[in-house]
Parts: sequence; structure tokens; C-alpha cells
Amino acid sequence: MSVQSPISSVNDFVIRFANVNGSGSASANELFARSILRMGVPVSPRNIFPSNIQGLPTWYEVRVTEDGHLGARGGVDMMVAMNPQTWDRDVASIEPGGYLFYDSTKPIPASKFREDITVIGVPLTAITNSTYTDPRQRQLFKNIIYLGALSALLEIDPKVIEQLIGEQYKTKEKLLASNVHALHLGRDWALQNLKCPITLTVKKSEKVGDRIFMEGNSAAALGAVYGGATVCAWYPITPSSSVADAFTAHCKKLRHDPETGKAKYAIVQGEDELASIGIVIGASWNGARAFTATSGPGVSLMQEFIGLSYFAEIPAVIMNVQRAGPSTGMPTRTQQCDVIACAYASHGDTKHVLLFPEDPAEAFEFAAQSFDLAERLQTMIFLMLDLDIGMNHRLCRPLKWDESREYDRGKVMTAEMLDDGRDFGRYLDVDGDGIPFRTYPGTHPSKGSFFTRGTSRDRYARYSEDGAVYADNMQRLLRKFETAQDLVPRPLQANAQKPTKYGVIYYGSTSPAMDEAIEILEKRGHHLDRLRIRAFPFHSSVASFVADHDFVYVVEQNRDAQLRSLIVNENGIDPVRLVPILHYDGTPITARFIAGAIGDHQDQLKVTPLKKVKS
Amino acid sequence: MTYIAKPKFQHPGLPKNDLGYTRRDYEGKISTLCAGCGHDSITASIIEACFHLSIEPHRVAKISGIGCSSKTPDYFLGNSHGFNSVHGRMPSVLTGANLANRDLIYLGVSGDGDSASIGFGQFAHSIRRGVNMTYIVENNGVYGLTKGQFSATADRGSKSKKGVTNADSAIDLVAIALQLGATFVARSFSGDKTQLVPMIEAAIKHKGAAFIDVISPCIAFNNHAGSTKSFDYVREHNDAVNRLDVITGREPITVDYAPGTVQVVEQHDGTRLALRKLDADYDVHDRLAAMTFLQKHAAKGQVVTGLLYVDAESEDLHDRLNTVDAPLNTLAAKDLSPGSAALDKINASLR
Ligand SMILES: Cc1ncc(C[n+]2csc(CCOP(=O)(O)OP(=O)(O)O)c2C)c(N)n1
Ligand code: SF4
Ligand SMILES: [Mg+2]
Repeated sequence: MSVQSPISSVNDFVIRFANVNGSGSASANELFARSILRMGVPVSPRNIFPSNIQGLPTWYEVRVTEDGHLGARGGVDMMVAMNPQTWDRDVASIEPGGYLFYDSTKPIPASKFREDITVIGVPLTAITNSTYTDPRQRQLFKNIIYLGALSALLEIDPKVIEQLIGEQYKTKEKLLASNVHALHLGRDWALQNLKCPITLTVKKSEKVGDRIFMEGNSAAALGAVYGGATVCAWYPITPSSSVADAFTAHCKKLRHDPETGKAKYAIVQGEDELASIGIVIGASWNGARAFTATSGPGVSLMQEFIGLSYFAEIPAVIMNVQRAGPSTGMPTRTQQCDVIACAYASHGDTKHVLLFPEDPAEAFEFAAQSFDLAERLQTMIFLMLDLDIGMNHRLCRPLKWDESREYDRGKVMTAEMLDDGRDFGRYLDVDGDGIPFRTYPGTHPSKGSFFTRGTSRDRYARYSEDGAVYADNMQRLLRKFETAQDLVPRPLQANAQKPTKYGVIYYGSTSPAMDEAIEILEKRGHHLDRLRIRAFPFHSSVASFVADHDFVYVVEQNRDAQLRSLIVNENGIDPVRLVPILHYDGTPITARFIAGAIGDHQDQLKVTPLKKVKS
Repeated sequence: MTYIAKPKFQHPGLPKNDLGYTRRDYEGKISTLCAGCGHDSITASIIEACFHLSIEPHRVAKISGIGCSSKTPDYFLGNSHGFNSVHGRMPSVLTGANLANRDLIYLGVSGDGDSASIGFGQFAHSIRRGVNMTYIVENNGVYGLTKGQFSATADRGSKSKKGVTNADSAIDLVAIALQLGATFVARSFSGDKTQLVPMIEAAIKHKGAAFIDVISPCIAFNNHAGSTKSFDYVREHNDAVNRLDVITGREPITVDYAPGTVQVVEQHDGTRLALRKLDADYDVHDRLAAMTFLQKHAAKGQVVTGLLYVDAESEDLHDRLNTVDAPLNTLAAKDLSPGSAALDKINASLR
């Protein structure tokens, strides 16, 4: 053993499980995370998985964080190395003074370990094989056995784990008993053969409160249920498929007529993304609330329809769970790389509304709100999720629904209004907000019908190639986009403890890492006002925030500073004032990264006169 | 080009249907297609069929892709909503519209370029899904709107106006619709209104995916010698297997047919199709035989027309999805939002 003393921490460490995809480790690992949550200690777990079904390496990382820092931290304090394929790099990734937990059934040469870490060997395979004969059982229970051993080492209350197993196998008595048995096999072996606990421990706390633990994709799907979506069309693509899966599951429970058993929804798995968005547009045109869920490649395919939605003014919702692009990119890695692609999607002059939820709670709220916005504005709304919030369980405030909330169906002219003699021009701006009235097909025997098309037409939806008529319509569409500014979620500002000339803009899943980075930076003496952008078009407070500060950092998870470009472009801001802080290797952004990058820049500013930086 | 208004004046003596509408009530804007274009004859047949069926003109949704053919919904049923969507994507837009409101009649109008090339996939999948619709392809073997390139339905060996011979095999949409499980498959010719009108009526009355391929010569680019989609060629090679009368009421069939030559098919809503067999051996309920029959006759250069297949027991996408009877677009927050108590329960399950 080296001079390096072991990392010592209560309720604040990162543990990483290195597994083989398809080995059934996922549920044991999730059980691990949940048991700590049940002890009142916040955790933030993340799946790091390949674009493959079986055999390739996967990792599951749990950040145990009494302080509630839910962003990725970086570094590993304890590695549970269950995958021989990735052994070397797993061992190398452990922080000095950290722990390595491994299956010691087969001897491993000393050269494969490190001097500066503590190595804990448990003969998992031997224990498993002496108890179970069935190969599948052996595989599954090995995971529960390591969970048992870890509970002893980290002082996780076994009663809590047993209770969680009980909830999971409520109706399956036999499975329940055998899982509990496996848990104790591992736990007892550890207690008898190892020094327990180690210097990383979990202690009961009260820091979780009433928060819930949920995946963003499931929350967005639930938002669609509450927001009144009745038609969902989709085509499978990671990391968005679980939106449609969750919508299906939620609807099965919540959307069947109790008397007839019939479905108050329709879900179609399209033959591709073109069909999916076509179905959404057809349904929305006909007065239903409809959405699709997809990711980058799907958004690329949908371009033509997105332009149609913009120009023919048909409501629609696309939930884009972003993954690393371009092209197939890194399908199972996270990024915020479709900001520009969505903001200006399709050929010709277009602009689209984007919503940036920070966590599952906002994913739920914004998803529900996106249908109101789509119908109010009669246009495409993009709900910009990403893999990090979409496919990981995240601790967030409980979901809320106001019982008296009605849907905003926007400007819809009814048969009564038509009979009252109201002038109906499908593309006529009657009150200056740029939003015209629409009618649903089948409304009236002789009034209010019109021909929807992507070609130019006049205010009464009559085909026209007259340049002035075209320009008039394009101007109105701009007015409508201005109206959108005040309808979409506003940016949220939080000021530094001390007055400062510096600000930072960020959005979406960067939130928890940003909050933590601010704490780190403040300790280093760097004070920053924060603005979290929650939607595009930008509210006027974005421009004033930039105006109020000498420099504003724009923190993003893409290479090209896409949100920064959008701010510069839309608000005519001098790009020099906006300093890009960019993280784009496909892993979630960390507080360490943000604080490092901003801190370095701030340190530089302190020694370099401003002029030099500008030149 | 600008909007052309049609005079609103109606002659008082015009014949009226059961709902009191005249044919004029089923018309649309004045066509901007070439004079003599086959597509205009199909438009006339659609008007006639809707008039004859006494459909409320505004209860139809007309949906199309892009092309000369796809423009036609503007020229009929002026009181209906129309949607000229994007090239090749009529089927998905129609599918979505149909899911939103199962109570309207869905009329999909497309071209051979629209459905057999760019939209071949959507054509196939909408039919597989059994969307309740009448899907009409106005088939001229060329891309009319982009000036006469071969389409995928152009027969191998046929000549373009510029004298180029088509070397690629043709797609027969009828054969494919049969293979895909369409529950109503027919072919007709734009120049044969007596065959086409009742066929459209029967298709509208059919529950499920009803597909009609209508050969519709393009006067401008595909009506020359050497074309297999010209008026002359189709007239000469038309091999009709049956003729159809549609009987909507409960009254007995009084039309005078020679015994043994008529087959009556009753559809879901009670509409009866009286089929006068022209080919004694042809059975409209035998999907496999229909496919073989088509292939054999196509090999001989014949254009088989008529009602080629019908399944009177068909189901549609809504049946498969088990959706509620009320149109989905009529459901309000109280029907759709599960409420805050349910949400509290969900919250509790996530701790
Ligand atoms: C994505 C896209 N590609 C190409 C076109 C150009 N385009 C317009 S109509 C058409 C072909 C139409 O052919 P068909 O469907 O047979 O209709 P027809 O004009 O013959 O009735 C094409 C290629 C388009 N509108 N959109
Ligand atoms: S170009 Fe052909 S298809 Fe188009 S309108 Fe003229 S005749 Fe009809
Ligand atoms: Mg054509």
C-alpha cells in the first residue's frame, strides 16, 4: 500500500459500475442508487452505454451528494470493475486514494492493480456458482450479490434495500425471497471477510425532501398526457424512443375510457420520421393535439414538413432528445447540438420556437405547455431535451397540475362565429399579434373552408404569386414570432452575492453543473450573475442582461457555440461580449469544467487589460 | 397566376340530391390544368359521385401531395377543407387527419410520381395500416408538373414525347395495393365516367383503405404514339372485368340484369355494390387470384379495369387502435388530463 491515504467522505463521493451490456446489471445498479435516496441522501446517477444491445461495455455512475449537486462531477472514487474488457482504463480512472472493487474469483496479476488505491476483492463468481446452477440466475444474482457486499462496505441500510426489492416484486413472492437471499449472501461474505465499513460511507440524512426521481423522457411524455396530446407518431431512435414508450405506458394507465375501455389517444409507429411528422401535421391541422419524439437524424429528415408547419401555420410539437451529432455521431452520448438546426429548420426564411427544460420537472411543464403554445401560435414547437436529462433518473421537484387549467386552443373560428358574420381570412391578422384565425375541417356547410398549402397565398388563403402579397405574409409571420417572445417561458436570472461586471448564460441540462460551478467560482473570488435561458425567441431581458455586463460567458454543450450565435444573430450583439464556454465530448458537462474554464478566463482578465483581450 | 372566382349564380332548375344540394355545391375553383387533361375528368367524376351519394360537402377532407393531380382538390368540393401538403406525403398527412377526427370522409388525391416514386413508402404504409380513406392516384405515367419526365408507372418499353424509351420496369400500384392488404382495390380510366363514378362512390362507402388507380392521360406530355398511358392506347387495351352500380338505400335491386351475371356485395354501412360481371371467372373476393389475373393480363399488354378486390368485412386503423367513438379532436381537458390527484399518486411512486 502506498503513502496515499484513502479518500474519506460521508455522503459525498462518486461510484462507478463498469458492466457488460445485457448482463442484467442495470436493475441492481438502480437499486443501489435508490437505496441511498431512500436514506435521504441525494444521488445523481448516469448511464453511459454503447449503441449496441449486448456485449459492449456500459457504465453506471452514481454521484452521492449530500449537498445536492446533481450535475456530473468527473472522477471516480470507487470503481466496481465487473468488465474485464475495460479493466485497464477503469482502474486508471480511479482518483488517487480511491477504491477498486472487483471479482476476485480468478487471480489477477499484481501488475494489473495500482499502488495508490485500495483494492477490495470479493469472489463473486465463486459465491454465485456455489449457490446457483442456472446460467441466467447466476448472471442476475451476481449483480445482487455485489450490491449486498457494497451495502456492508458503504454502510447502506440493508433494510432499505430489502424494502425496495419488496416493492419491485410485490406480486412475485419467489423472486422477492431469492433476491433478498442473494443480497445477504454478498453482505454476509463482506462482513465476515472484509474490514467494513471503508472510508466512503452513506449516512441517513434529510436532504431529499419531497423530491421525485424520474427520467426526463418519461416526464415529457407525461406532460403530453396532461397537455392533452391525443396523437403520437414516432420512429425509433436513441435517445428519444423512451418518450414514445413512456407515452404508451402512461396512456395505458390514464387514458382509457373506464366504461368502454376504449383509448382516448392514438399512437402510430411510423415507417420513418417523414411519416411521423406528416401524421402529426395532419392530426394538428384537423384539430387534435399531436406530437412526435425524435433525435438529430430524425429532425434532419423532417425538414420539409417543418417548413410547411411554419408557412402554412399548422401547430405541431417535436420533442427532440438531442444526442451528439453530426450524422449518426455518437448516438448514445449527450449534447446540445441541434439549437441552430431547430431554430432555423427547413429551407427559406424560417424561425421556430424552442423550449429548453433543465430537468424532468420542467420537461413535464414545458411539454404540457408546448401544446398550448403550438395552438396559440399555430406553428412548430421544439421541446429541446437531451440524453442527459432524457434518459437518466434525475431528482427534481414533484410534478404539479392545476386542476382548473383549461387548454389554450388558440384562435379557432367556430360555426357560430361564422354564422354571426365574422370575416374569416385564414391568413388575416385581425388584432395585430400576427396570429390569424383558423377553422377545423368540417366546421360549417358553406363558410370557413379553405385550402391549406405550402405555396404562397393571400390573406384569404387564395393562391397568389404576387410579390407584395408574399412579403406581407412573411412580415406577419415575423410579427407572430415577436408575439411568441412574451408567451414562452421567461429566462430566469440569479445575481451574484456581490455586484459584478460579469455574467453567464446557460440552458437546459447544464443547470446543475452551472449552479455548482458558481459555488466553486465564488470560493475563488469570481462573482457572476446568471441567466438561464428557457426558450427561443429570446425575451428582451436576454439583450438587457448582456448589455448590463462587460462580458457574458455562454456555456453550452456543443462545438460551435450555437446558442451564442443565435443570441448574436437575433439581438445584434457584438460577439466579443459573449465568451463561449464549450463542452462537447459527449459526456455531460461538469462543474469542474465550467469553473475551470471561466475561472481561467477571469484570472486572465485580471492581469490583461481589456483592450488586449478584445484585439 | 391569381385566384379565379367562379360565378356563384345557380340555375333554379338544377337537379338536387337528397340533401337538397345541386352539383354546383360540390364544385370548386376553376381548374388551371391544361384543357383536356385527364385529371379534370376525374375531378368531374368525384363531383358526380359526391353529389350522387348526397354527402354533406363540408364533411369531406381533401388531402393531396404535389403535382398537377395534387392540385385538383382545389377544383372540387369548394366547401370542404383541402390540404395540398408536400410531395409524396399525402398518405401520412391523411393518416394523421383521420386519427384526429374519425367522423369525416377522407379523400386522398395523388399522382403517379407522388405515390409511386417519392411517396412509394407512404403509399404502402398507409394501406398496410388500413386507414379509412379513398386513395385515388391520377396515373399518367409522367411527372406532369415538372414537364414530362417518366414516372415509375411508365411501362418498360414505352416512349417519351422526346422519343426516349423507358428501360425500367413499371410499378403497378394496383398489384402492390393488393399485396399490401388494401381492402378495396380498383382501376379505372379517366375517360370512362360510367365506370369511374360508381367506383368512387363504392370506395367512399368502403370502410378501410380503398385504393383506385385511375389512368389519366397527360395531354401535354404523354398522349403520343408509343405511350401506354395515352387516350388511344388505354381505350384499345382496356379490359374491364366488371361494371358497378352502387345502391345506398334499402330498396331491392331493380336494375334489369341477366341472371347469374350480377354479384351483390354488401358493405359495412349497408351500401350494396351490384357488380355486373364482364369476365365470368373473375371473383372480387379472391385476392390471390386477382394478383395472378392482373399479372397475366399485364403480360399481354392489357389494362385491367374494374373493381378488382373488395373485402366487405374490413376493419380500419381506428378499430385496430381501439380508439373512442368521439373524434379525438373533440376531447377537452376534462377528458384528457388525468388531474392532480392522479399526479400526486405518480409523484408518490417516484420516491
Ligand atoms: C421534394 C420535392 N421534390 C421535387 C418536387 C418537384 N415536383 C413537383 S410535382 C413533381 C412530380 C409530380 O408528378 P405526379 O405526382 O405524377 O403528378 P402529375 O403532375 O403528373 O399529375 C415533382 C417532381 C417537389 N415539389 N418537391
Ligand atoms: S401537364 Fe399534363 S398532367 Fe399537367 S395539367 Fe397538363 S395535361 Fe394535365
Ligand atoms: Mg403523373
